[in-house]
Amino acid sequence: MPYWLILPVLATVGAILGYPLYWLFKLSFERYGLFELIQHKGVGVGWANFGSVIHDPVFWHTLARTVIFTAANVGLTMVLGTLIALLLVQVSSVIRVLLTTGLVLVWAMPPVVAVQVWLWMTNFENGVVNYILTKLHVGDYMQHDWYASTFSMLALVTALIVWGAIPFVVVTVYAGLSQVPGELVEAAEIDGARPWRVFKDVTVPILKPIFLILTSLSIIWDFGVFTQPFLLIGQSRIDTSNYVMGTYLYEQGYFFHDFGRGAAISILMLLMVALLSVFYVRKMVRFDEVR
Amino acid sequence: MSAQTQIAPAPIAPTVGRPRRSRRRRLTRTAWNLVGILVLVVLAFPVFWMISTAFKPDDQINSLTPTWFSLHPTLAHFGDAVHRPFFWDDVKNSLIIVGVTVALSMALAFLAAVALAKFRFTGQKLFIVLMIGIQMLPQAGLIIPLFVVLRRYGQVNTLTGVIFTYMTFVLPFSVWTLRGFLLGIPRELEEAAMVDGSSRLGAFVKILLPLVAPGLVATSIFAFITSWNEYIFARILLNDGAKQTATVWLSYFTGTSRHTDWGGLMAGSTLIAIPVIVFFLLVQRKIAFGLTAGAVKA
Repeated sequence: MPYWLILPVLATVGAILGYPLYWLFKLSFERYGLFELIQHKGVGVGWANFGSVIHDPVFWHTLARTVIFTAANVGLTMVLGTLIALLLVQVSSVIRVLLTTGLVLVWAMPPVVAVQVWLWMTNFENGVVNYILTKLHVGDYMQHDWYASTFSMLALVTALIVWGAIPFVVVTVYAGLSQVPGELVEAAEIDGARPWRVFKDVTVPILKPIFLILTSLSIIWDFGVFTQPFLLIGQSRIDTSNYVMGTYLYEQGYFFHDFGRGAAISILMLLMVALLSVFYVRKMVRFDEVR
Repeated sequence: MSAQTQIAPAPIAPTVGRPRRSRRRRLTRTAWNLVGILVLVVLAFPVFWMISTAFKPDDQINSLTPTWFSLHPTLAHFGDAVHRPFFWDDVKNSLIIVGVTVALSMALAFLAAVALAKFRFTGQKLFIVLMIGIQMLPQAGLIIPLFVVLRRYGQVNTLTGVIFTYMTFVLPFSVWTLRGFLLGIPRELEEAAMVDGSSRLGAFVKILLPLVAPGLVATSIFAFITSWNEYIFARILLNDGAKQTATVWLSYFTGTSRHTDWGGLMAGSTLIAIPVIVFFLLVQRKIAFGLTAGAVKA
């Protein structure tokens, strides 16, 4: 009986995910360009695709850039998210409701829409971000071109990703904070612990599982992110100097019609994410058994 | 540390200087409130700016000094946006894709969720690992095999190809969240129905289905949002202007012209974001915890 119940899901996933994964494997050992795509037939080339990727400095630069990019995104998301969750505990209930509503609004913004808003806010001619930074005397940002350097472009992408990811972290950490026993905090305070000590020695240990889960999820998501860097940097500006794994794969495999080599890159990327996921999946299964 | 203090439950009551302390506390609270408002303003600004721009006349949009809130709101940009080529085609495509994906996924996922919640079977753990693991796959890593395979079977530039692609991602989390809702139903209720003489199927239809309906609605809405927001697969698999989805339509809005119609772009953005925002406000509380289930007791 249970097998009949899970069969439809298994069959769908097998057909649309399992079968393409088999093809991915096959493609990675073939020369498969536009001609082969039309002919429906690749030419076996052994490990050549993998060799070409591994010996390509662009691959290693992209990987290093993506690791730094991911670390920055995840670090900022976790720190800012936790700080805002702690802030939610301190403010009055009216402000809390307002702030929560604002967070849900941000959470609900479709990424493709958020990218367009970012483009408009940071545009060269009269972007409002330039205006605000100039008025706040941060510097003269009038007519500042945010898309002139790789660092500045990726910083904009990071701002966009962190902004979009904060609500999930805040809501989850805030829910976790409500599980911290009040007596424990009070006890520590009576013992003379300063707020930082209370946070470090009482709150953090209790929230540790939540932090671990959120961090590993964020790493997995940000490492493979595509939509935000692809659309914010824009196809006309994307090149080897600003690739992250998602855009690198799209350009080198799909856009240049080099599907065999693209398949090799995909496999390497999927393996890396699979390794990152092992921790998360194991934790989730274990939590599930406890429940 | 805590053992010692738990025995002494009475907090040291401040007998002297109480007014001063409470005033200080009130001041701290006010300070935190101000920080809270500041954070709110910064976080919500992009959303505000999108809507505010959508209603602004062009001269205010193109001015070097921003107008925060237009006193002469206009609907012209919304008219421009919906009259652009393919807007209604692509919104219709999105609705068809999302509708079929959600309907099919809920039916299939519900069956699997029942299997996970109400039965014990060999391979159960493997199935759970599969359902969680698939959700972690980066979509960018799958564009090449999906494109090649779907093209081989003539499913590129058809809505069917996209629907099946979306289902592989909607199914796993739907199975997972629906299972959570099913587990929340006490077994006794189901057993009581069976004692009353209903069959297992009867108990299922009469007792289980109504109880799990809110969960089904919440999961459907979440599936709706995921499919509506999806970008990369729609971009790869649909390449004909009239066959694309709303998000792809928006991403081509700026086009290649030197001057961008920011008002139209923000109006289009608002239109595409509205259904998601409305639905999200409805279900956020119920669904948000699926991915961290167990770590947070929601």
